[in-house]
Amino acid sequence: MFRKRPESTVATVGVTVEGRDIRVPEGASAAAAVLLAGFASIRETPATGAPRAPFCLMGVCFDCLAEIDGIANRQSCMVTVAPGMAIRRQLGKRAVDPK
Amino acid sequence: MQHFDAIVIGGGLVGSAIAYGLAREGLKPALIDEGDVAFRASRGNFGLVWVQSKGLGAPHYQRWTRLSAEEWPKLAAELGERTGVAVGLEQPGGVQLCLGDEELAARREMMEQMRAEAGNFGFDYRMLDRAELAGMLPGLGPAVTGGSWTPYDGHVNSLYLLHALHKGFVERGGTYLPNRTVDYAAAQPNDFRLGSGADEIAAPKIVLAAGLGNAALAPLFGLSAPVRPQRGQILVTERAGRVWPIPLGSLRQTLEGSIMIGSSEEEVGFDTGQKPDVMQAIARRAVETFPYIAELQIVRAWAALRVMPPDGKPIYDESEKFPGAFTANCHSGVTLAGAHANAFAPMVAAGALDPMMAPFSAKRFDVPQAA
Repeated sequence: MFRKRPESTVATVGVTVEGRDIRVPEGASAAAAVLLAGFASIRETPATGAPRAPFCLMGVCFDCLAEIDGIANRQSCMVTVAPGMAIRRQLGKRAVDPK
Repeated sequence: MQHFDAIVIGGGLVGSAIAYGLAREGLKPALIDEGDVAFRASRGNFGLVWVQSKGLGAPHYQRWTRLSAEEWPKLAAELGERTGVAVGLEQPGGVQLCLGDEELAARREMMEQMRAEAGNFGFDYRMLDRAELAGMLPGLGPAVTGGSWTPYDGHVNSLYLLHALHKGFVERGGTYLPNRTVDYAAAQPNDFRLGSGADEIAAPKIVLAAGLGNAALAPLFGLSAPVRPQRGQILVTERAGRVWPIPLGSLRQTLEGSIMIGSSEEEVGFDTGQKPDVMQAIARRAVETFPYIAELQIVRAWAALRVMPPDGKPIYDESEKFPGAFTANCHSGVTLAGAHANAFAPMVAAGALDPMMAPFSAKRFDVPQAA
């Protein structure tokens, strides 16, 4: 569904989206990695379980929430990729571990 | 000139609950709401139905709050059936957590006094020690020494409540007039006229429920409502799985999973700004109470102004000079919604406040101070 613009920089940063390896350009957002990996959605809402994908890409809509490197509910469009970053689905509410 | 059976000034939770109750009593009321320039405590509150700390030294206030808590399930069910809006009431009781020995001792003393003052009416509470609380609330911070429990407390989605009251009011034949300010008012016994822009409306009854606006409105009707703003700040976390089975006073988890963190009290006039020092203080207390809260992201924060009478207790009054004029003032529009819709509104519809309301009169502030 999404392609890189022809003038875009070379994809050099390796991350995983739901375990799938994907390379994205340096400076790209984790949301871009989700889109480039071809996922139709990245989260399910806590209210109804409806699937959601990155939408506004500017930190407003919260539809790109993902678990990134083990931290839940991160706005993936606001997170810059780093080598080895693990991006996973945010399914409903995050869990709290009272310990 | 439009004629109604009653006019309610103020479309927040207090005014809406009373207006809804009046419409249910069979009156044709008008509800005047200001607009986005208003301070709108009803859109900034915490959403507790909170009984256990209300009415120390004022048993009438404890009874009124308890009456409201008893009416709440009926109101919530009725609103759900009539409007299709689920207000999300949960009333499993509540716990106020204490940090440190001093807080716990003060709380114990307060709860004992509340029970003593309640007399035959009774006041069901229990002090819980740390071990009991830790069993109920895993992850309890080391600073928590104990807490007080009563079965009366609960919480609700107060925005849905406001929506449901408005919807129910209109469905029962009420007339909602938004974006109106009171430009002039003419009061005669059982004959009140208000002008707002080009509109003029009249009714034999009027209820002032304009929150902080009541201070200026009340004297026009031979009433007194010396309320002042008191700022409170709130932090809201991301949604998380259920951690607490009950509301915890200054901490509660909504049905949707957000954790709401209050509660501060500041005397700063009409300033609705947020200040980092207060936000830090309430966040710190939350984390001392439950260290895992520190892992949660704060996604929203706001400040709002409580409608605070001089002694912190509600003011309800009827005008002696202009019978038919009433006033309602409180900082507990959520907790007292049950009483406002199901007890206060019927009194207004009947034309006079019940004698049980006498201690709430603003006349209590007229006592000369001893030299």
